[in-house]
Amino acid sequence: MARIAGVNIPNQKRVPIGLTYIHGIGRTSAEKICAKLGIPDSRRVHELTDDEVLRIREAIDKDFQVEGDLRRTVALNIKRLMDLGCYRGLRHRKGLPVHGQRTHTNARTRKGPAKAIAGKKIASK
Amino acid sequence: MARSTWKGPFVDGYLLKKADKARGGGRNEVIKTWSRRSTIFPQFVGLTFGVYNGHKFIPVLVNEHMIGHKLGEFAPTRTFHGHSADRKAKRES
Repeated sequence: MARIAGVNIPNQKRVPIGLTYIHGIGRTSAEKICAKLGIPDSRRVHELTDDEVLRIREAIDKDFQVEGDLRRTVALNIKRLMDLGCYRGLRHRKGLPVHGQRTHTNARTRKGPAKAIAGKKIASK
Repeated sequence: MARSTWKGPFVDGYLLKKADKARGGGRNEVIKTWSRRSTIFPQFVGLTFGVYNGHKFIPVLVNEHMIGHKLGEFAPTRTFHGHSADRKAKRES
């Protein structure tokens, strides 16, 4: 079992796929890391030598912000907007879409499950 | 889409002049403006702008975190007081 960037233990998947289990590393960054270290795409995580695991760890430490650090920066960025009182901050505070999407319908990802409107007449046939 | 970098940040020219005057002369004067589209510049820090929201001028005290944002971002143009059905539901319960 390889343990890279703290908590993550990818399994017997191919290396570029296994690396995407780390928060902050997607397919693009994973493939870049592999290319940089000369690890073939077809290699499985359990076939990595200790030295290669070490080098992956170093490459991630050097070039990427992952897991807790990344989550913290994102949370701080959102907090900054909220404290500033700007439009985007207000949208974050209210839990509404931030990038100008419509809210007349949809926007359920931000708004959460639909709430029933009290007193609304149900259309009868 | 974001603005091209080679153009630099946009600001209405008269605002810069007014800001200079406000910083040189008497302080705590609200600079009324309709220019919601202007970027907040470092030299605006500490000044108060009255940003028009289509109805009245919202006082915005600029601090250093606001640099790079637009003036309009700090003066919301819409007021939402909730839906009438919400109020009815609250009264019933």
